[in-house]
Formats: sequence, C-alpha cells, structure tokens
Amino acid sequence: MNQENTIQIVRGTGVIHRLKDQKWLFLLMLPAFLATLFFSYGPMFGLYMAFINYQPGGGSFFEQFFRAEFVGLRWFEYFFTTGDFYRVMRNTLATSLLSLFFGFPAPILLALMLNEAKNGFFKRFTQTVSYLPHFISWVIAANIIVTMLSSDGMINSILVALGIVKEPIAFLQNGPLFWWIIALSNMWKEMGFSAIMYLAAISAINPELYEAARVDGASRFRQMYHITLPSLRPTIVILAILAIGGILNAGFDQQYLLQNNTVLEYSEVIDIYAYKYGLQNSMFSYGAAVGMFKSVVAFILVVIVNQIAKRMNDQALF
Amino acid sequence: MALEKYGDYVFKLFVYVFLVAVLLVTFLPFWNILVLSLNSAGDTVRGGIYFWPRDITFNSYQQILNDTEILNGIWVTIKRTVIGTPLSVLVITMLAYPLSRRQLLGRKSFNLYFIFTMYFGGGLIPYYMVLKTLNMIDTFSVFILPGLMNVFYMIIVRTFMEQLPIEVEESAKVDGANDLTIFFRIILPLTTPVLATIGLFQAIGHWNAWFDSYAFTYSNDLKTLQAVLVKILNQFQTENMVSSAQMLADSAKRNAVSSNTIRMAATMVATLPIVIVYPFLQKYFVKGMTLGAVKS
Repeated sequence: MNQENTIQIVRGTGVIHRLKDQKWLFLLMLPAFLATLFFSYGPMFGLYMAFINYQPGGGSFFEQFFRAEFVGLRWFEYFFTTGDFYRVMRNTLATSLLSLFFGFPAPILLALMLNEAKNGFFKRFTQTVSYLPHFISWVIAANIIVTMLSSDGMINSILVALGIVKEPIAFLQNGPLFWWIIALSNMWKEMGFSAIMYLAAISAINPELYEAARVDGASRFRQMYHITLPSLRPTIVILAILAIGGILNAGFDQQYLLQNNTVLEYSEVIDIYAYKYGLQNSMFSYGAAVGMFKSVVAFILVVIVNQIAKRMNDQALF
Repeated sequence: MALEKYGDYVFKLFVYVFLVAVLLVTFLPFWNILVLSLNSAGDTVRGGIYFWPRDITFNSYQQILNDTEILNGIWVTIKRTVIGTPLSVLVITMLAYPLSRRQLLGRKSFNLYFIFTMYFGGGLIPYYMVLKTLNMIDTFSVFILPGLMNVFYMIIVRTFMEQLPIEVEESAKVDGANDLTIFFRIILPLTTPVLATIGLFQAIGHWNAWFDSYAFTYSNDLKTLQAVLVKILNQFQTENMVSSAQMLADSAKRNAVSSNTIRMAATMVATLPIVIVYPFLQKYFVKGMTLGAVKS
C-alpha cells in the first residue's frame, strides 16, 4: 500500500517533469492542433444546428445559434418523409454500385496486363499516361467529358461512323444515362491510379513460383491465372470491403459539374442534395441534418467494415 | 508444346491490344482538347476536328492573354499554391515529429484526436458556418487555413520519421540541444525527400481546388482558375442546350463556338502544370498508397 503510494507520487512528479521537458514538442503540435480544432471539430460541434431551427440574419451567428428554437429530430423526420429521401438514396446507391461495377475490376485487369507487358518502355509509358486523369481536377475532367460527349464530339462521331447509331445521342440530356456516365467517368479517372495497389502486390510475389510453373510447361495465361491472380486475392478482398464502407460517398464534384436541368432527377446524390438545400436554398438546419445523416451512417459502415477487414487480415496471415 | 507457344502469342497479342486501348482512351481526350484549342473557331464549326488541327491558329491563347478574368484566376491560383503549399508542409511536419516520438506524453490521445477526423466530419453546412463565424468567407485565408492540416500526409511523414535512427537525436540531446533545434536542424533536413513528395501533392491539390473559391468567395478577384473554368463550363452547357433546342442565327452560333475554343485553351492551361509535374511523383506514391492501405 505504502509502496504503491510512493510509486504514484513519483509518477505524478514524473508527469509534470515530462510536461516541462516536452514543452517544445507541444509547441510544435500547436498549429496543427488548432487547425484541426477549428476546421474539423468546429463543424462537428456545429452539427447542433441540425436539431434547431436556425434562421440566418440578424445578430451574430452565436446569438442566432442559441436563440433558435430547439426542434429535436424534426429535420430528420422531414427528410425521411418527403419523397426526396427515396430519390436521393436511389441516386446515391445506384451511382456508387455502378461505379464499383466498372471501377473495381478495371484496375485489377489493368495491373495484370501491365505485369504481362515485358517491354519496359512501353509498360512504363502506358502506366504513366494511365495516372494522368487522377491528377487533374474534376473541373478539367468535366470540360473534357462534356466535349467528348457533345453532339459533334468524338464519341458520337465514332458511333455514327460505325453505324451503331444514326443520329448523335444527347448523352448528357438523358436522365437514366447519367448514372452510367458518372460511373464510366470515375473509372476513366481512377483506373490507372488504383492499379498501383495491385502492381505493388504483384511485385511482392515470389519469382520462384513462376520459374517452377515454367518448368512444368505452364503457358503465360496459366501463370497469370494460377499464380498472379490468386496472389492478389487478399488485396482484392480488403479493397472490396473498404469500397462497401464508402458506398455513401457517391461523389459531389462529378455530379455537380456534369449535371444540367434535364437530369436533376438522377444527378442529385446525397452530398449534392445537402449542398442545394443547405447553402443554395439557405435551409441551413435541414442541410446540416441531411449531411449528419450521411456522416453518421458512413461512420458506422466504416467501423463495421474495418472490423471485418481486420479479421480477414488475421485470417490471411494464418 | 507448339500449341502452348501459339497460345502464348495470342495471349501476348491480347495484352498489347488491351494496353494500347487503355492508352488511347486515356490520352486521346486530352489530345482532342489540345487540337480543338489550336483550331480556328470558324473552322471547328464545320466539324470533323479530332486528331489533327485543320486550320492552326493561336488565337484562343492570345484571347486568354487578354482575358482579365482568366489572367486573374491564374494569378490567384499561383498565389494560393505558392503560399499554401510550404505552410501546410511545415504544419504537417511540425505535428508529425512529436507524434513520431515514443516518449511524447499523451501520444495515443493525440493520435486519436487527429485520426478520428479522417472517419467523421460535420459536413458542408456546419463547415460553412465555422468559416462564417471566423469571418473567413470571401477572404484569401479560406484558401490557406483550412488546408493547413492533412492527416493522411501527416501519417506518411510520421512513419518516415519513426524509421530514422534515434542515435543522431540522442547525441544532439547530450550536446544540450532542445527539441526545437533537433527538429529544425536534424530531423527536417533528413526528411526532405518525403516533404518534397507531400509538397508536390499539396501543390497539385491547391492548383486543382475549385469548390472553396466557387462557394466561399464572391469577389471576382478571389476566383481561382478552376472556379473561372467552372463558370465557362456552365455557360457552355447552357448555350449548348439552347442551341440544340432552337436553331440559332449563324452569328450567335459562331460566337458560342469561339467561346468554346477559349474553353479548350483554358482547360489546356489548367492541365499543363499537372502534366509537367505528375510524372515526378511516380517514385513516391506507391509507398504512400500502400501505407494508406495498411493504416485503414
């Protein structure tokens, strides 16, 4: 008992001593700490506005904040009971799932093909070019996509020249097509960059496996199918699980920049909807509530998915 | 055996056809925009410009040089990139160093404090309210301050610092150097390669950012190049819909087409710096990305 007390006292002075000793370390952390406090935790505390009827104008923000009427979950109820909820969730999930359908297998295939290309320069050149769309902004990408898809653009000309269609298609004026355009645009932009993960996994494969297969007379295709592809399985499984965790992140930039009045029924994903009502229509509390619904559900999904991924990882080790 | 060889050739052919297709699909859109920006507006309206300009002119680029809105956009973008990038690299590195030290008091709590923000956020509207409360709406600071911190890049720098040999630091401590001196004189120079990488990433991020300028500033002199491009894009899309809905007079059409070639030229101007810079990143981002995967 006595001994424990002494230990605690020693530890107590130790903490103060260490605090003093590390004052410069704390000073170094201060700017990042404050930036995070204001710009990350500030909005989290600001989520209180989803439970009040915040009205802009008149008095400072804080005054309004505390004077406003507390409405509980009314904004959430409003969101769920209007027809908007169904439409917004349909658009969000449809865009996400279609994006996964195209965007998930594409980098795997690209990585496998790049790995088979034995010409060093050609391989490196192709890989470098395939990253480019990842590094440009969606503003530039949207400018390019709009040009490609316009009535006298490259894609319509090819389709007409090949006799697939008689008249140019108004791609961006067609609601149901919008999901597909977003999904394919996402694939075009991220395919090359996402392939890096798989190429890294491929480079970790033991070359002796291929040598043994060659001795047994396995063709290049069989080597790919029986060695490379199975070696990628853990990476594929983990990335698939993580992708499910991000299913509500259907995007903002791509929809916002590519949409027009004719496709709003299909382009309004959850982030666009929150922005439209929250900032453009000044229904601040409602926008905050919609955003909060998304943040909370996304957080729960990510936590669940991370647990599953961890368990999978452990299994892969055994 | 002969059949196997034959199969290998077919497979090889498939591989190269696939890769050439990827190459074309990625590259041709950029090429097409470049070609369109170099073709005269009057000639473009006749259609058929895809792979090579028919009537080469630098008119649209000259027009950009006379367009105050675009020029100002370029200037604001350069300003935010040049000011914002080194500041954020410094703030990120200053945080990464203490968090890489095992002896740091409350290291676990601090890590949680920062990493939690990767998984949960308040969303756009409360964020806007914070900016408003801090009087940052329609000021240049909205481009710089919120981007100072980035947890993902911090983790990359921290991991690098954790692998540095501890002896250098210990011998400096014995010589009486404090943590500040050790950080600026010893750790920072050793970390330069990583800092260059995240600096390039941050610079590209600043160059590409459009939403902060679009939604949080009103003044014309605070519009970045990307925000100006959004405006040009919106104009094009409305014009496009009007012109396809009703037949416009030829002069109006020609006007639209000429503003369209300026759109191509402005897009090229916004793309060029990225094309020059991004191949240098290649060496580093493989490491960064695999690291990110391990983290999550």
